[in-house]
Amino acid sequence: MNDFSVLIGGKAGFGIDRAGLIIANILNQIGYRLYIYRDYPSIIRGGHTFSIIRASKEKIACHKKKINILLALNQDTFNFHKDKLTADAVVVYDSDAVKIDGLSGSNNSTAAPIAKILKDDNAIEIMRNSCMVGAFCKAAGISWDILDKEFRRDFSKDLDMNLKIARRGYDSASELCKIEPIGQEKLPILSGNEATSLGLVKGGLKTYIAYPMTPTSPILHHLAGLAEDFSLKVIHPESEISVMLMAAGFSYCGEKVAVGTSGGGFCLMTEGLSFSAMAELPVVVVLGQRPGPSTGLPTYSCQTELHFALNAGQGEFPRFIVAPGDPEEAYYLSQVALNIAWKYQIPSIILTDKNMGEGIYSFDKDSAPRVREEKLPLWDKRSSYKRYLRTESGVSPLAFVPEKDSVIKANSYEHDESGITTEDPEESKKMQEKRLGKEKFIAEELAGYEPVKIYGNKKSSTAVLCWGSNKGVCIEAAKGLNLKVIQPVILSPFPAAQLKAAMKGVKRLIAVESNATAQLVRLINSYGIDAQEKILKYDGRPFSVEELEAKLREAAK
Amino acid sequence: MINLNTTATNTWCPGCGNFAILNALKSVLGSLSDEGFPIENVVIVSGIGCHAKIVDYINVNSVYSIHGRVFPTATGIKIAKPELKVIGHAGDGDAYGEGIEHLVFAAKRNVNMTAIIHNNRVYGLTTGQYTPTSPLGYKGRSTPFGTKEMPINPLELMLASGATFLARGTSHGLELLKKIIKEAVLHKGFALVDILQVCVTYYNMYEYYDKRAYELKDHNAGDFNAAEQKIREWDYNKDAPIALGVFYKKDAPTFEESFHGRGLNEDEREKKIDTLMAEAK
Repeated sequence: MNDFSVLIGGKAGFGIDRAGLIIANILNQIGYRLYIYRDYPSIIRGGHTFSIIRASKEKIACHKKKINILLALNQDTFNFHKDKLTADAVVVYDSDAVKIDGLSGSNNSTAAPIAKILKDDNAIEIMRNSCMVGAFCKAAGISWDILDKEFRRDFSKDLDMNLKIARRGYDSASELCKIEPIGQEKLPILSGNEATSLGLVKGGLKTYIAYPMTPTSPILHHLAGLAEDFSLKVIHPESEISVMLMAAGFSYCGEKVAVGTSGGGFCLMTEGLSFSAMAELPVVVVLGQRPGPSTGLPTYSCQTELHFALNAGQGEFPRFIVAPGDPEEAYYLSQVALNIAWKYQIPSIILTDKNMGEGIYSFDKDSAPRVREEKLPLWDKRSSYKRYLRTESGVSPLAFVPEKDSVIKANSYEHDESGITTEDPEESKKMQEKRLGKEKFIAEELAGYEPVKIYGNKKSSTAVLCWGSNKGVCIEAAKGLNLKVIQPVILSPFPAAQLKAAMKGVKRLIAVESNATAQLVRLINSYGIDAQEKILKYDGRPFSVEELEAKLREAAK
Repeated sequence: MINLNTTATNTWCPGCGNFAILNALKSVLGSLSDEGFPIENVVIVSGIGCHAKIVDYINVNSVYSIHGRVFPTATGIKIAKPELKVIGHAGDGDAYGEGIEHLVFAAKRNVNMTAIIHNNRVYGLTTGQYTPTSPLGYKGRSTPFGTKEMPINPLELMLASGATFLARGTSHGLELLKKIIKEAVLHKGFALVDILQVCVTYYNMYEYYDKRAYELKDHNAGDFNAAEQKIREWDYNKDAPIALGVFYKKDAPTFEESFHGRGLNEDEREKKIDTLMAEAK
């Protein structure tokens, strides 16, 4: 099996996430590239939660619908997913909790009496996962040594008991298929959120501020955990309003700062975003999209905030927006977002979503382009300091408090060069032009960041247009149909010239977006580009390769 | 004494209570500077409203922030650079109305900064509406038949929230005001001074305050119960003696002291990321 999917499911509170990650790590040990799709409801206990762990020889960034190995810890898991089994799929289940009636004749199954095992050994309930992982390894022909090694790496607490329970699962099940080691170098396994965090840290982040909100809370948790080791300040204030204004305070002092949220929290941040634009206090916002309006589907995914990000905040001001499609792009673009924010003293927005942020990938850091933290445009101290000095590029030299014999005034009102409030028409016009004028210089710089990427059959006259987390599934689905794929990764300032160049020879453009109104298409329309077909998905779930391939086949006709 | 004037034209109404606060602040900053405190280490932060123009009128570092958001902005500055003296100026509209949650949290965290509240009990800049501290029945442009809600007692709220310095002054008593502001600025912890500032245009209370105000004497500011009692003497609504001075003062650890991160250089960061990545295999 060069490409297969394992689905593990149970109730919220079963620890399905952790179990999925351990399985992915076991498969990593034997050389596979991984992708995990995590599906969970917005509840802490109960409901149905599952992870699909897809493994492949090739690097992947999406899930497949068909399941090769089903690991059922409860009846729902079997009932909900049995129709997705391949003809030769293997089912591993807890015989104390699941009845596998209605399994097609050709499927193989094996079981472990997990409740009994836990009871016999007086083990806590969460260890049912270890039992299932043991049974899985046996069923999939993965040697005990590999499990043992991974458990020793993974469990700092209760290792012996977990190994014991896993062994009993291993011994209860029978071998039904063989996942062969493929001897590739291992890669780290991490989430899109973790890649974004690390990119920010690498780019010079000193402070991260956030109010918890799915799907970006894991960034807050991850960075809080790293704070000591990386000498960071991580703060969780009373609201997103406070988050954004605290960030302004840090920015005023010259500390690189980022904030993270989702659409609802970003609503509260917009007044602060507009303030940061007017006062020219750089900030990076990680905006993880999830379906709305309002509370919507809190633990699912979408791409509905492109126009919100483009237009958030009163007034007109330039902003830098990137939409990474995988962890390598997240790592790279987070560094770029910090650099651009500080170089031009504007807000940068990293647009991700739940699939991208909470999806787990094999991460190939070395394949991401190398970026260095850029030097700040600092004041040369030759003349008296003016915080908003007008220059050709619109970028005023920076100085930070405390600076002897200088006064540094930031202002949310329209202001003169020294930061004193003004309502003078001539001065107001000049200052507005100063701020907006930066966009031209940012746009010129864009070319160096490969703002529009092209994949697949570059000669195809039919191209798939995608952005953000749909990158992986689009590349894979388009491959089967021999199509070209175009992915803008920078969305503001919009790289219209680069997109037009990428469109050369394309007669039919099929837009793939996870929203109901084709937001990227609406954006490219304003640059005179149109998509002939639109494949839109707005049920909160990601496209599977099979689903998208079928839709593309139809659209490409 | 250091010259703290700017070239900005002052646009407060003649007789506005803000002049007293401006003069008191200049005098306090001037005396700090004379005593050797580096003036470049001072940052004043304002919200939006008549009070907020103060940042345009004093030649020190400043952030003219947005309505209600003085204290998160000031908190960010203080955590980023704890050596700075951060003074937040807010009106009663933005401190006790739009941004009241931030004030509660700044007090709860005991961020080492000063909150100077220009409490004129009316919205001046938006031309005369009631505020959270206007008395019951106040007739403003949005409540022509009088408000139907009681004012809050901000000092009582701040005491309950964990503020470690609470005081009240008026804009009609400059010497006392200077003394109180200086003590607040020198306090280590979250210090709030509620200043009964008079709005000559929309809510002229000079006479009312002059009749009722008295200076606290023989009051033990270290005694929570005594502070609570004095704070409750006047509830911002009924007629009662109005105490001026320091109600409460307490030593406690401050929030910004708990942050130690100062960042690493890029090579160190990359090395640590590589270590993490090796562990994630």
